[in-house]
Amino acid sequence: MIFINNLSKKIDNNIVLNNLNLRVKPGETKVIIGRSGVGKSVLLKHIVGIIKPDAGTIEINGENITLMTEKEINKVRMQIGLVFQGGALFDSMSVEENVAFVLNEFMSLDRKVVRQKVADSLAMVGLKDIEKMMPSQLSGGMKKRVSLARVLCMEPQIILYDEPTTGVDPITADAINNLIVELHDKLKVTSIVVTHDMSSAYKVADSIAMLYHGRVIAEGTPSEIKMTNHPVVKQFITGDAHGPITENENLVFGHVR
Amino acid sequence: MFSSIKYASDLIYRGISYVGALAALLGETVCSLFVPPLNSNRILTQMLRVGPGSFFIASIVAFFIGMIMALQMAYQMVELSAEIYIPNVVSVSLTRELAPVLTSLIVAGRVGAGITAELGSMVVTEQVEALRAFAVNPVRYLVVPRFLALVIMLPILTIFADLIGIMGGFVICVYKLFINPSLYFTMVSKAVDLSDITTGLIKTICFGAIIALVGCHQGLNVKAGAEGVGKATTMSVVISFILIIIADCLFTTLFYFVLRV
Ligand SMILES: Nc1ncnc2c1ncn2[C@@H]1O[C@H](COP(=O)(O)OP(=O)(O)O)[C@@H](O)[C@H]1O
Ligand SMILES: [Mg+2]
Repeated sequence: MIFINNLSKKIDNNIVLNNLNLRVKPGETKVIIGRSGVGKSVLLKHIVGIIKPDAGTIEINGENITLMTEKEINKVRMQIGLVFQGGALFDSMSVEENVAFVLNEFMSLDRKVVRQKVADSLAMVGLKDIEKMMPSQLSGGMKKRVSLARVLCMEPQIILYDEPTTGVDPITADAINNLIVELHDKLKVTSIVVTHDMSSAYKVADSIAMLYHGRVIAEGTPSEIKMTNHPVVKQFITGDAHGPITENENLVFGHVR
Repeated sequence: MFSSIKYASDLIYRGISYVGALAALLGETVCSLFVPPLNSNRILTQMLRVGPGSFFIASIVAFFIGMIMALQMAYQMVELSAEIYIPNVVSVSLTRELAPVLTSLIVAGRVGAGITAELGSMVVTEQVEALRAFAVNPVRYLVVPRFLALVIMLPILTIFADLIGIMGGFVICVYKLFINPSLYFTMVSKAVDLSDITTGLIKTICFGAIIALVGCHQGLNVKAGAEGVGKATTMSVVISFILIIIADCLFTTLFYFVLRV
C-alpha cells in the first residue's frame, strides 16, 4: 500500500509537486498520466526515497519513509522495483550482470540458479540470448525491457514503471502491457505506471490519476476518465492542441516570480 | 577595491566549503571501510586500472626526470669538480620530492579525470540513482574501491618511479660523466636514508586520497548533461593539482621543521 500525503517539492525554484495526495491500494495498478515535465518521474523517485520531499509524507505498507534513515529505507527498497524512464542500465556491466544485480549484491546464490533466474526474467520481457551483450549494444526499446527484467528478477511487491511503453514499437508495447496485467493478476503486484500513452493506460489501469500543476486533479477508473467532463483531462486524453492546457503554461506555472 | 575583497573572501569561503565536502566524503568512505563485506573484485579492478595503467607513463617521466636532474647538476658540479655528488642530489631529490609529486600529478591527470568522467556520466544517465533505488550505497559501491585503489597503488607506483628515476641518473652519470657504475650505486645508497623514502611514500598516500576524493566528488555532483561532465572533469584535474601542491607544501614543512626527518 502506498499512501502519499500533501507531498511538496521545489527543484531549483520550480514547484514540481504541490500538496499532492495519492493512495494506491495493495494489488492495485494505478496509472499516472500527465504532460512531460509535470513531475511524474520526480514523484516515482520520491516513492523509492531517492528524492526527499520538502513537505508531506509517503507511507509504504504503513511505514513513513520520509522520516527514515538511508539504512532503514534500504529495507523498504528491497520490496520496490523502479523501472527508470531511460533504463538506467549499468553500462560497465553485461546484460546478465545488470539483470542479476540485486541477486549478486544481496544474495549468495549458486551461479546456475542466478543464470536461470536471469534467463527467466529476460524471457518474461520477450528477450533471449542477449546475456553477454553490453547495454551500449542494445536498442532503446531493448534497454527498457532489460531494465524491466532487472526489476522482475528481484521479485518485488511493488513495481513502479516510468513510461514503460514510450519509445518501443507497438507490438512490444502491447506485450509489455500484457505483462503488467499478468503481474497484477497472477502475482498481485502493486503497481504505479507512469505514461502518456492513453491506450496503454486504459488497458492496464485499475485506476487512473492525472497529474497537473503539481497535484492530482482527477482520479477514477478508466471508464470514468473516458467519460470525464473535466476540461483539462478531456483535452489531455483526446490529445487536443486547443484547450485549457496551452503550449507553454507549465513554464508560466512552474517558476516562482 | 571593495568588490575585489568580496571576490577574494567569496573564493576563500568556496575553497573552505569544498574542502569540507571532501572531508565529509572521506569520513563516509572511511566508515564504509570498516563495515564488511568489501567487494574485493571491484577493488582489484580499480587497482589494475590505476597501477599497471599508469606504470608506463609514470616510468617514462621518472626516467627522463632522473636524466634531466643529472644533466642540470652536471652543469654546476663539473665546474666545482664535484660530479661525484650528483648521485646524492639526484636520488635524494627524487625520493623525497620529485617522484612522489610527479607521479601523483600524472595519476591525477590520468586516473582522477577518468573517475570524474565515469561517475559523472553515471549520474547523468541515472545509474547512480538506480544504485540507490536498489538499496546500494553509491559511496560504498563506487567511491570505496577507487579510494582504496589509489591509496594502495600510488605509493607502489612511486617506489617504481624512485628506482627508475635513479636509473635515469645512472645513464647520465655513467655514460656522460664517466662515474664508475658501482660507485654510483654506493653513493646513492649512502645518500638515501630510509626516512627519505618513507616520507615520500607517506605523502603519496595522502595524494592518492586527494585524487580519489576530488575525482569522485566532482563526478557525483555533476548537474547537467555531457557539457557538465566535461567541465567537472577539467575541474577535477585542476583542483587535484592545486590540493596536491598545497598538501605537499604542508607535508614538507611538517617533515622538515617539526619532525626533522
Ligand atoms: N535533477 C533535476 N534537476 C533540476 N530539475 C529537475 C530535475 N529533475 C526534474 N527536474 C524538473 O522537474 C520537473 C519534472 O520533471 P519530471 O518528473 O522528469 O517530468 P516527467 O513528468 O516528464 O517525468 C521538470 O520541470 C524538470 O525540469
Ligand atoms: Mg519522466
